[in-house]
Amino acid sequence: MNHLSEEDLILHYYSEEGDALAAEQHLEQCDRCRALYGSLQRVLNVVDSLPVPARDAEYGAAVWRRIEGRLPDRRRRWMWAGSWRWAGAVAAFAALLVVAFLAGRFYPTARQHPAAETLADRQAGQRVLLVAVGDFLERSQMVLIELNNASPAAKLDISAEQERAADLVGENRLYRQTAARTGNAAMAGVLDDLERVLMDISHAPSQMSPADLENLQHRLESAGILFKIRVLGSTVKNQQEPAGSVGRPVGRQKS
Amino acid sequence: MDLSDGSFVTRARSGDSDAFRSLVERHSRSVFRLAFRMTGNEQDAEDVVQESMLRAYKQLAKFDDRASFGTWLYRIATNCSLDLVRARKRRAQLQGPASGGDGEMENPVALVPSPDPTPERMALSGEVRERLTAALGDLSATERSAFVLRHFEGMCIEDVSRVLGCQAGAAKHSVFRAVQKLRRALEPIVSAAR
Repeated sequence: MNHLSEEDLILHYYSEEGDALAAEQHLEQCDRCRALYGSLQRVLNVVDSLPVPARDAEYGAAVWRRIEGRLPDRRRRWMWAGSWRWAGAVAAFAALLVVAFLAGRFYPTARQHPAAETLADRQAGQRVLLVAVGDFLERSQMVLIELNNASPAAKLDISAEQERAADLVGENRLYRQTAARTGNAAMAGVLDDLERVLMDISHAPSQMSPADLENLQHRLESAGILFKIRVLGSTVKNQQEPAGSVGRPVGRQKS
Repeated sequence: MDLSDGSFVTRARSGDSDAFRSLVERHSRSVFRLAFRMTGNEQDAEDVVQESMLRAYKQLAKFDDRASFGTWLYRIATNCSLDLVRARKRRAQLQGPASGGDGEMENPVALVPSPDPTPERMALSGEVRERLTAALGDLSATERSAFVLRHFEGMCIEDVSRVLGCQAGAAKHSVFRAVQKLRRALEPIVSAAR
């Protein structure tokens, strides 16, 4: 007698393919396969009972309230391109100041710091880094969202966005290195991914055809970078709050 | 008045935010259920719901009117969940098992299971639930996604492969591996409970 394999039984359970009648007949006659199938059914029945937290009928309305303000307004998308040049320069200078401050805090000296002082330095450095990175992430996110939402019928000039992306690359590198140096591997990882994406944008052709833009959007989506930035942004915001307040980021409120 | 998803999509594309709100209100609960089963974490599932709705809004122009909006949204939510689960695993690998210092990105509050005692929760014994949660957590992101789509959402293997963007054979083997792992993890405890 040819027994049914575990894979046959799984397919039979899900009524996927194969000869259902023959499998049924075999299960009626074969104790071994019937026992195996029974075990499979019991396990999957237990899986079925896995509880999912309840969400009431108002949940959809609550989700809408949370995302309403974040929906992009297509009409304003390209309006602010010109003002970014100055904003970028100011931000890059601010980043340099932050990094200079952190370098001063962490640069090894011959003097031995007492343990408490070292801990205080590290915490102060982390706080400065969090504030600076939070702002940087918001600006990066705006560039990515604009490119992600563009749906032009003809060629699109993205030179303004490229200029902003190029400025952000420099800032990103400083923050990434600082995060790595202060032991924040998770932040360094996300910033590493972001740096690649920003470089990708800054090196792309300035005049993008709809197909090129779609490719870029696909790459952004594959990298999941906007999602990562939002998660990191929420975490950073959360960590900036005073110790003891265990408030969740806005995006994580329960309904 | 046409209240189908298709008509709301058409109106939302032309800038009618009330139409998109109707779609959000209509589909959020099912997307949450899917996201929770994919991620195994309530707060992650909330993030996935919001991110999926935002992505859907941005990509409305790409939606094919002949397709089902619900299935399309599921595909987006599945990808969001996969991104999140993979990112979480990468982070865990980077930080190592003993991590928990300055670099820790997980909010510990999010890791605490919800204490709400629903009837289902009460029915499933604590030990079985713990073992089940751990077994689902041990599946790879692809195995878990394929299993959730096949088992909970009732999608056929062909549809699972479309959502995951892989060959049907690969989707089928992901489901096999997931079920085999779950059976090996849960069979002893389920048998003992009989």
